[in-house]
Amino acid sequence: MQVTRRQFFRICAAGVGSSSLAALGFAPGEALAEVRTFKLAQATETRNTCPYCSVGCGLLMYSLGDKSKNTETAIFHIEGDPDHPVNRGTLCPKGAALVDFVRSPNRLKHPEYRAPGSKEWKRISWDDAFDRIARLLKDDRDKNFIATNDKGETVNRWLTTGVLAASAASNETGYVTHKVVRSMGILGFDNQARV
Amino acid sequence: MTNHWVDIKNTDLVLIMGGNAAEAHPCGFKWVTEAKAHRKARLVVVDPRFTRSAAVSDYYAPIRAGSDIAFLGGVINYLLTHDKIHHEYVKNYTDSSFLVKDEFSFENGLFSGYDPEKRSYDRSSWGYQIGEDGYARVDPTLQHPRCVFQLMKAHYSRYTPEMVSTVCGTPQAAFLKVCETIAETSAADKTMTIMYALGWTQHSVGSQMIRTGAMVQLLLGNIGAPGGGMNALRGHSNIQGLTDLGLLSDLLPGYLTLPRDAEQNFGAYIDKRASKPLRPGQLSYWQNYNKFHVSLMKAWFGDAASAENNWCYDWLPKMDKGYDLLQVFEDMGQGKVNGYVCQGFNPLGSAPCKVKVSNSLSKLKFLVIVDPLATETSEFWQNHGEYNDVDPTKIQTEVFRLPSTCFAEEDGSLINSGRWMQWHWKGAEPPGDAKGDQEIMAGIFLRIRALYQKEGGAFPDPILNLTWKHKVPSSPAPEELAREFSGKALKDVTDPKDPTRVLVKAGEQLNGFGELRDDGSTSCGCWIFSGAWSEKGNLMARRDNADPFGIGQTLNWAFAWPANRRILYNRASCDPSGKPYDPARKLIAWDAGAGKWTGADVPDFVADSAPENGMNPFIMNPEGVARFFAVDKMAEGPFPEHYEPFETPLAANPLSPGNPMVRSSPAARVFKDDWATFGKADKFPFVATTYRLTEHFHFWTKHARLNAITQPEQFVEIGEELAKAKGIKAGDHVRVKSNRGHIVAVAVVTKRIMSLNVNGKRTHTVGIPLHWGFMGLAKNGYLTNTLTPFVGDGNTQTPEFKAFLVDVEKV
Amino acid sequence: MALQSLDIKARSATTTPPPRARDPIHVAKLIDISKCIGCKACQVACMEWNDLRDEVGTNAGTYDNPRDLTAQSWTVMRFSEVEVEQGRLEWLIRKDGCMHCEDPGCLKACPAPGAIVQSVNGIVDFHQEHCIGCGYCITGCPFDIPRLSKKDSKVYKCTLCSDRVAVGMEPACIKTCPTGALVFGTKGDMIRHAEGRIADLKERGYANAALYNPEGVGGTHVMYVLQHGDKPELYANLPKDPHISPLVSLWKGIAKPLMSLGIGLAVFAGFFHFVTAGPKEVEEEEKAD
Repeated sequence: MQVTRRQFFRICAAGVGSSSLAALGFAPGEALAEVRTFKLAQATETRNTCPYCSVGCGLLMYSLGDKSKNTETAIFHIEGDPDHPVNRGTLCPKGAALVDFVRSPNRLKHPEYRAPGSKEWKRISWDDAFDRIARLLKDDRDKNFIATNDKGETVNRWLTTGVLAASAASNETGYVTHKVVRSMGILGFDNQARV
Repeated sequence: MTNHWVDIKNTDLVLIMGGNAAEAHPCGFKWVTEAKAHRKARLVVVDPRFTRSAAVSDYYAPIRAGSDIAFLGGVINYLLTHDKIHHEYVKNYTDSSFLVKDEFSFENGLFSGYDPEKRSYDRSSWGYQIGEDGYARVDPTLQHPRCVFQLMKAHYSRYTPEMVSTVCGTPQAAFLKVCETIAETSAADKTMTIMYALGWTQHSVGSQMIRTGAMVQLLLGNIGAPGGGMNALRGHSNIQGLTDLGLLSDLLPGYLTLPRDAEQNFGAYIDKRASKPLRPGQLSYWQNYNKFHVSLMKAWFGDAASAENNWCYDWLPKMDKGYDLLQVFEDMGQGKVNGYVCQGFNPLGSAPCKVKVSNSLSKLKFLVIVDPLATETSEFWQNHGEYNDVDPTKIQTEVFRLPSTCFAEEDGSLINSGRWMQWHWKGAEPPGDAKGDQEIMAGIFLRIRALYQKEGGAFPDPILNLTWKHKVPSSPAPEELAREFSGKALKDVTDPKDPTRVLVKAGEQLNGFGELRDDGSTSCGCWIFSGAWSEKGNLMARRDNADPFGIGQTLNWAFAWPANRRILYNRASCDPSGKPYDPARKLIAWDAGAGKWTGADVPDFVADSAPENGMNPFIMNPEGVARFFAVDKMAEGPFPEHYEPFETPLAANPLSPGNPMVRSSPAARVFKDDWATFGKADKFPFVATTYRLTEHFHFWTKHARLNAITQPEQFVEIGEELAKAKGIKAGDHVRVKSNRGHIVAVAVVTKRIMSLNVNGKRTHTVGIPLHWGFMGLAKNGYLTNTLTPFVGDGNTQTPEFKAFLVDVEKV
Repeated sequence: MALQSLDIKARSATTTPPPRARDPIHVAKLIDISKCIGCKACQVACMEWNDLRDEVGTNAGTYDNPRDLTAQSWTVMRFSEVEVEQGRLEWLIRKDGCMHCEDPGCLKACPAPGAIVQSVNGIVDFHQEHCIGCGYCITGCPFDIPRLSKKDSKVYKCTLCSDRVAVGMEPACIKTCPTGALVFGTKGDMIRHAEGRIADLKERGYANAALYNPEGVGGTHVMYVLQHGDKPELYANLPKDPHISPLVSLWKGIAKPLMSLGIGLAVFAGFFHFVTAGPKEVEEEEKAD
């Protein structure tokens, strides 16, 4: 029987298993009783806020590695921040499951495009997406912008395009979104607070 | 929230109504269990369902969905007839003594000024009597027949316990037990907190339900007090922030409002909003409106905004009507909308009447989706069998789907229900090519701007002049944006009392909105956030959780708007002489020696205004006091009146049975074609209500495996009595139909949904959780909003998701 | 190696006495049902911390999901709608899982040396690498807790997060519990905490509120505060007076020596198969990641 290096490690790993044999008299040695190794010991800890409801619970996110150059960070565990005055380390079933949102197989990874009448998505580049969206928006605005109403009053509005903003987005995103949307004269603009 | 999460621990009584805090906000709800454990507080739950909140309550009372104004009106009547009110508070801190115009009236379910053609009111009679001195007339004895107190008493005298029971189905004994418990907090040193959420908001009279709750709290003297308040438990992590930043069709940041078409004159626009005090010696804080507005325009348009061009007033779009989400989908269905951008919003799931939303989206020329997850809206054109039965070849909409980062992959701030602005930090890179929302917004905007620079086009001025001073223009940094909305001095800002004294040097961050000016010398993107990022740094990132006064006021944790104040109207926690109503729970008090208000919170008041000056606590109202009488602010009238939901099992409104016009809200907007989509009780006899479950968050967590495991499959809840009548057993599949469509789901048969006697008839409720759809890791299901009606609240246009009619049958 | 791991009180199928010189603190989890909202945060935190993902199941007409304990679900909420008196409904929600008995029936029944270990601090922990999948622990448990995994034929249950407790932290379920229905500390502190809760419940009209710390299994390191302490069966059939099954004593006395030989041979053969072939699923997992 040839024992490869990989198999050798398995023998070591199986060492614990052999302890049961030891007790039955098959081999000498002491049975070890060790708990699972604590998995956060050297993980990187980052503070964040739960993105679901408005309690605003503090989070500790744990990621692989210590942020050194050669590590690709991946969050593998999230639990409550015990310092946070509101949640004091607790999390509800949604917050406690956040790692499965971050790592959901349904996360979008690439810009995609669906053509009129098509049954499928096609991948496109960010540049293509931005260029085409900008073209569509500008053409629609130029064609339908209302500078004055029937009474001749200045109204400077654009009604043929609307925007819905995300109430889970940060203030910084919300602020820049509002600025851009109003500069174009859009009125059909809401966030989830409306529903 | 007027108060905040941790403050709930200071309460004596918690009323959860129009919400389900244990289920939807479990970690905030812990402060209820803390109050129960450490203050012997009690918890009362009033809800159509025996919820998870009810599971740990001291008392539960059932109520028919949509009848909350009748219940709360009955509470007001109880408090007034049993004289269980906080007299000093009601007399001094509310408009109870204000005299109302003689033309104001209420008859047969309608207030004065109704126009049935327009389905709206001329509100000119809904106001105070103004004396020759320009101030509102008052009667401090509260005896004048036209004073608010007497009018209110008369209005709610119709809301007897018998009437409450008839309308709500709540047994009289249960209703009276709730009244007695609430009434105990009229004592000066007792408080009740009201925790509500979308169970009040999502009705055609939702805003008025909330007002009725606030009126109860004012009668009891519970607004401004620690452990008191009206506490709206917001539904999303930054729905408070996006509301504060004005991302709604009619708003600008900081609750400034967009002009209407007729407001062509800038000065008149400002004057209308800068209300003058209605009583002598009062402060009307909105008189500073001009400073907030000009500073906003400087933040957006920089040097292009000048006194000469009225700070770019004409660059703001003006409104001829509201363009809320329901209006936009109505217009879209009529082919009037070509393009739509959904940034982290899934309207196919979240908007009412899925078939209408789907048809509307199909008429778009282009749809842009920005989201971290594959949403239903992004695939509205795709056939997903019975759950989304459409023909892609017939849908000509171009769709772009752009992947964005999630919370874990970005820096930035979110605002919780307690108005805390909390900074968070990036922990990992996003998957694949996903980009941050700010970078995506910049990517689109900079290309449009470049096209306008190159080609010209319709009114390019605001686009070309929009400030965009970012180190990397294609990717604005959150720190830069936060500094911009917090605000800075463009020139030296000096002390108005001593112009030689420079408060803030040109180029420095402002300390707060008190430093804003209307001469263009300050820039601030959202005045209520001012000071969040001062020269001291990013106060939103503060993490000192010390609570030196022991009442849960952690002033050095993050930053709370406004001005780091944690409890709004906190001046009202003290009596007129400046002493706390409950010395054991002192929030602030007048310190005569120091000549200022001091304590555990930032005073919501002029810091050095002595009690003798007689200034009242509600400085955001020109009256200086809180309003029972809403003057002209509400679409349905100054006093909340019960109206039935648009789909109701009742043939008439029991409060005005003779007037068919007031069965449902006479002031709610209904689009012409939608009248026909409302179902009637003969075909759809059961009251339906939709809601969240604690295991899920909207249509989002079904993409997270752990949540899919704990609540895997779509279900509806029905009471044992209805189940028996329909031959339905737990675990059976049932079809739930409304006049707009159907869903199929597993039946959970439960004692927790009780059948009620409403207006002499046995009335059954069907509970419909909303979390399923045709994308995700949980079992696929129907979008619940297939069933819901396309009608909203008369003020906010928030859809009536909480009360409509269905039929149920076993499949 | 964690310090806690050396403080062993008892090991299954082992006669060698463990070291007894040290006496670390005795821990306990207290489940206050009167504060539990059944949110399942503890279920999620348990799966998340322990890297478990159960199947996405179906709805059987109740809120209970997963429907029962499994090798992937070490704790579940059991929901009971009870009309305690006419017109007074209560929704009693019990977090079910290992009780960490002072006198553990599972450990007594286990024939595999070291597969079940009881720490001096009170934690009863399964060491799956020693587990032979015989299922005797399941028979031995008076609370019907351990579950055999279809994936690897080993038995799993709550470890009371022995890996967290070993480094001085609280179990994942305790930390996450939004309402403080779950509390963790020394066993003495937990009994005192329960006394305070019981006094509060009695003031609120629950005359029979009581602590559940059953003597029949020597007391437990997971205890309940029950509003209706006189009727534990209201809480999804929590046993009123749990005892270790008499079958376990029978097995310990007579059958054990014979069985050990057979099991030993099976394990021995399995050992060499594992080293040369390896478990198939390891490769699959590597690919999936």
